[in-house]
Amino acid sequence: MATVKTQNLEMIKSTRNAPKAEMYVPGHRTCAGCGPALAYRLVAKACGPNSIFLGPTGCMYVANTSYLCGPWATPWTHCQITNGGAVASGIEAAYQVLIRKGKWKGELPNIVVFAGDGGAIDIGLQAMSAMMYRGHDALFVEYDNESYANTGIQTSPATPYGANTTFTPPGKAIPEGKVLFPKDAPQLVIGGHPAVHYVATASVAYPVDLMNKVRKALNYQGPTFLHLHCPCPKGWLFDEAKTVEMAKLAIQTGMWVNYEWEKGEYKYQHTPKEYKGVGEYMKHQTRFKHLKPEHISKMQDFINAKLKAPGKPIAVPVAGPRERA
Amino acid sequence: MKGRDVFYQGNEAVAEAALYAGCRFFAGYPITPSTEVAEFLSRRLPMIGGSFIQMEDEISAMAAVIGASLVGKKSLTATSGPGYSLKMENIGFACMTEVPCVVVNVMRGGPSTGLPTGPSQADVMQARWGTHGDHPAVALAPSSVQEIFTETVRAFNLSERLRTPVSLLTDEIIGHMREKITIPEEGELEIWDRPRPEVPPEDYRPYDTSKGIIPPMADFGMGYRWHVTGLNHDQTGFPTNKPELVQPEEERLLAKITSNLSFIEKYEDVRREGARVGMISYGSSARSCKSALSEALSEGIPVDFLRPVTLWPFPERAAREMADRVDVIIVPEMNLGQMILEVERCAGGRAEVVGVNRADGDPITPAQILQRIREVA
Repeated sequence: MATVKTQNLEMIKSTRNAPKAEMYVPGHRTCAGCGPALAYRLVAKACGPNSIFLGPTGCMYVANTSYLCGPWATPWTHCQITNGGAVASGIEAAYQVLIRKGKWKGELPNIVVFAGDGGAIDIGLQAMSAMMYRGHDALFVEYDNESYANTGIQTSPATPYGANTTFTPPGKAIPEGKVLFPKDAPQLVIGGHPAVHYVATASVAYPVDLMNKVRKALNYQGPTFLHLHCPCPKGWLFDEAKTVEMAKLAIQTGMWVNYEWEKGEYKYQHTPKEYKGVGEYMKHQTRFKHLKPEHISKMQDFINAKLKAPGKPIAVPVAGPRERA
Repeated sequence: MKGRDVFYQGNEAVAEAALYAGCRFFAGYPITPSTEVAEFLSRRLPMIGGSFIQMEDEISAMAAVIGASLVGKKSLTATSGPGYSLKMENIGFACMTEVPCVVVNVMRGGPSTGLPTGPSQADVMQARWGTHGDHPAVALAPSSVQEIFTETVRAFNLSERLRTPVSLLTDEIIGHMREKITIPEEGELEIWDRPRPEVPPEDYRPYDTSKGIIPPMADFGMGYRWHVTGLNHDQTGFPTNKPELVQPEEERLLAKITSNLSFIEKYEDVRREGARVGMISYGSSARSCKSALSEALSEGIPVDFLRPVTLWPFPERAAREMADRVDVIIVPEMNLGQMILEVERCAGGRAEVVGVNRADGDPITPAQILQRIREVA
């Protein structure tokens, strides 16, 4: 029988009374303005010392471990990009045995997979989904920088429509670059995993909200999922001083929606009174520079459809690439 | 060779050669140090009406390539170490169902994540024995960017004619190194296509070997009935576990290779008067060997040299002949001793076999090889 979690991590009221202790510390090689590294710091801070982090291959594995030291003040393990959810399942199941037999007296550690978009919803989808299905008591975080950044910015299922990546180069045959619309990661988890009771999206632009969602997820018994918007200056090609600005613009234009899904109920955060056009967000990023007005308006239509019921499957499905004119 | 001169890296040469060979389908997944093959084809294939698909992982990339080949398209995937491991199950499926396809492995250090940006030759035994069960294996190991071009074309040709997956083993050195190469004019290199059925659909038996060891292959949509299965099957293509039907088919898969060595085998065989030392090396390590060999010659030590370009099947006869001529065979390779086992098997005790091994992510230097020549000469 699974152990009952007793921890109740307190909610954080402001950045000022966030825990002082850093669990993601200096000693890494991430790019200037790295959104995922900022997200990692916040997630790790919220988790605290009784935590184990797992790093499926991705830039938050590679760039974090290049200096013959790791920036984690907690145990951490690399796992293959295919299987973050599976290794987490093994760790959690082993702790359950130790606790059951009285060989581990402490609280079940916070077991946190910190996976990129590929390691979460592309090559890593099977293991992530199975971890959710079996109900392991672990948190799966997808730090979404919208590309395979570690291998040099290839498209991923989280890459937005119209982005120029090295696998979706715009040209005469395919003027918009990427023609597909991205997968909806939280909806994949919510829609198909009855053992999951808490899923949330958060953004590095709102650190308190992000940390509290981490804590809420960890206080739940069973699997939980967080989808974090993490702008990537190198992949999206914008000024590295503007990572937080880019994250805010995403929310102001509806390109990203912060919400929680808790046992079937949706709650939204940071919803602007009036949405700006998506062009206001896209114009700062060279990955969208080649797009023509009709492409921007296609993106706008997609976002408009999504915003009719944010956080839920979009009412109007977008046309697939085969249905293009 | 007549044609167009370009300054290409090895990975670009793979992609350009694939197009030359008639490949119009690529499925892949980003992985260092092979990603440039996919990047090149993501630009070029849409321009000529081909298909580039980025898949969700290496397993599905291999599977998609098999799917496209079943429809009759020459198909390619490219990867490196960990991705090659993931592809193994489907490589076995392609062996069993006899579906042509080409797999490029730009070798990097391993095991596991290993050295993503460093070269290695440690997947050569995996190319032979990586998937389970007895199975045929063809693997080519070019040494230069120009040879990557010609061997990629040959990989497609062999795959088509033999109806079996072919691995092209390059490594991080020649995958990323730039050299001037000539892209041959159309028609300059021979292009082979898979045998297709000449009988009417009602008479077609997909694994009928009455006219030869390699049965004709019908494309999906041609109107021929073909039950494609990874299970052991008889000549109709339907599963069987009758011992008298299973074993001959298993043996035929291997015989497709062993009975066609005349056009599969390819190697460079340099023999020098009075040589008591021989050397066998392949891929980028063979480049260091050549430099060491000419240095040794200037010191008065002639060394015979065998460079398999077709690594699997291994050129057994040429290796045996070397063992008959020399006292010692040196086998430099960027691993801790893999092809040396094959050389020892061929030498059968008639010559001593010693390695020059390096698995630290740096190439074997000519000086290391020369040192070993001096030691044994």
